[in-house]
Amino acid sequence: MSLAATERAEATLRMRPLRDARFTTLLAPALLGVATIGLWQLVVDVFNIDAFIVPSPQSIWSEFLDSRSSIWHGMLGTGRNALYGLLIGAALGILGALVANAVKVIDLMAVPIVAALSVVPIVALAPVLYTMFGAAANTARVIVAALTVIIPVYVNTLRGLRQVKVVHRELMHVYAARPVFVARAVTLPTASPYVFTGLRIASSLAVISALIAEYFGGPVDGLGKAITTAASSSNYPLAWAYVLGSILLGLAFYVVTLLVELRVARHSSPSTSTVSL
Amino acid sequence: MTHALTDDAVTKDGCAIRASGVGRVFAGTKGHQVIALDDVHLEVAEGEFVSLIGPSGCGKSTLLRIVADLDHPTSGSLTVFGKSTHQARVDQDYGIAFQQAGLLPWRTVAANVGLPLEVHGVARSDRQTRVEELLELVGLTDFARSYPDQLSGGMQQRVAIARALAESPRLLLMDEPFGALDEITRERMQAELVRICSETGAAVLFVTHSIPEAVFLSDRVVVMTPRPGRIIEIVDSRPTAGHARDDEFRDAEEFFHTIARVRELLHGGPVAAARGVETR
Ligand SMILES: Nc1ncnc2c1ncn2[C@@H]1O[C@H](COP(=O)(O)OP(=O)(O)OP(=O)(O)O)[C@@H](O)[C@H]1O
Ligand SMILES: [Mg+2]
Repeated sequence: MSLAATERAEATLRMRPLRDARFTTLLAPALLGVATIGLWQLVVDVFNIDAFIVPSPQSIWSEFLDSRSSIWHGMLGTGRNALYGLLIGAALGILGALVANAVKVIDLMAVPIVAALSVVPIVALAPVLYTMFGAAANTARVIVAALTVIIPVYVNTLRGLRQVKVVHRELMHVYAARPVFVARAVTLPTASPYVFTGLRIASSLAVISALIAEYFGGPVDGLGKAITTAASSSNYPLAWAYVLGSILLGLAFYVVTLLVELRVARHSSPSTSTVSL
Repeated sequence: MTHALTDDAVTKDGCAIRASGVGRVFAGTKGHQVIALDDVHLEVAEGEFVSLIGPSGCGKSTLLRIVADLDHPTSGSLTVFGKSTHQARVDQDYGIAFQQAGLLPWRTVAANVGLPLEVHGVARSDRQTRVEELLELVGLTDFARSYPDQLSGGMQQRVAIARALAESPRLLLMDEPFGALDEITRERMQAELVRICSETGAAVLFVTHSIPEAVFLSDRVVVMTPRPGRIIEIVDSRPTAGHARDDEFRDAEEFFHTIARVRELLHGGPVAAARGVETR
């Protein structure tokens, strides 16, 4: 989907109450999903496709049920790394944006760093980090996740901090309000929809990068490692069952951030836009 | 508005605002300068209601912003209650209502009205009582728990006015506060403002584009002209003794007479058939 289309979809989602949005946001995609899976099953059955090319949804599902405890275990392992990465990265991103917003020089100095970090595929650092922190620890994976999270959170927060309306700033000036009060009453509430947009993008990225980082080494307690192991032992339905587990994990992260956002930022300005990278 | 002079809080010069020779020059594009204000002399007595009227770009907002310490004169000087504008701001000597309501969308109506009280550390219970009073005053008691985006533009403006009145300031600065209101609400708010001012004895500096509004509300109407922004004349618009500022006054002969006078000044010459042509 193009950026503009995403923005429009978000705008409509935000302005309607949740229960009105239910049909279009939940039922319609669900129908599409069911149709796709049905078609998939049909194609695999009719053309007798081999499991190493693409296994049938049915075989993936039965493998998923059989191995659900080890999949759950993998989700916990990868999920923990992603969560730590998300929390650390988000904290650093928000903090960095606050500093950059307050000190112009730091903002200017950060521009090339941010640009560089946003074009570097951060998972590519994983092998290097494994040698730095040891392949027995999860440190490298948390760092990879945190690094991917920092950028979208930083960029969106900084943009949000700059949305403070002139009339609000002047009002605070007229009240001779202290800087801490201004931050609490005006700046942070203005920025919060943008911060959440950043967090929503970041939450999925955290899971993806924590998982991909497992492909490059480290301890064997995550989904990424499980996928590679199952694939190399030619157990394709199992590999796909782990992929299904990863999808669920990514969704869980996304939905939780979305719910927190809906609770916190209900009456902030409806015209929120996204900066994605 | 005679009791303003007997107010306890009379400053040494008895002036809410004293502007002497105030000028404001903006550096425009390519060295081109905009003289927003030129040699403005104006004194607003305590408890006096003074309106600024004039075509767009004549420096009304600029003058108001200088009083509010949001801008600074490039020449001349301006004091508020005998103090520098900075000191008056720090001391919270005035309330302000902008043309835009400027409410915080994430706060309820009540929390918006209570904002200045909160900034200045008024205790929660006192704040609540005061906010209830103010909402009653602007007729929005039922909307205390609503959010600004659930209110019409006119209602939002009333919230902003309640907020400006929150600390019972001795001076009110208002930049076209009724611009967004419909005619009926507008007249009601004007009557309210007259009542509030006579109750609190506050001085008001009021910017408007409406001649009848200026004449109805004000003790004096300051007529301005653009490029450079100057005061052409100050018209006395106090109702003569025996007249109150009420709906009857809107139909009075002297009301139309003053309107005609202000319009003449704005158009730079006598205008025929002034009476009854424009009643806004
Ligand atoms: N920040 C600024 N920078 C440059 N020029 C400015 C600035 N603010 C105002 N001006 C200029 O000063 C002049 C007076 O502006 P001001 O806003 O005071 O007019 P006004 O009388 O309030 O007009 P209106 O009735 O349209 O609100 C205008 O010519 C405007 O272009
Ligand atoms: Mg103006």
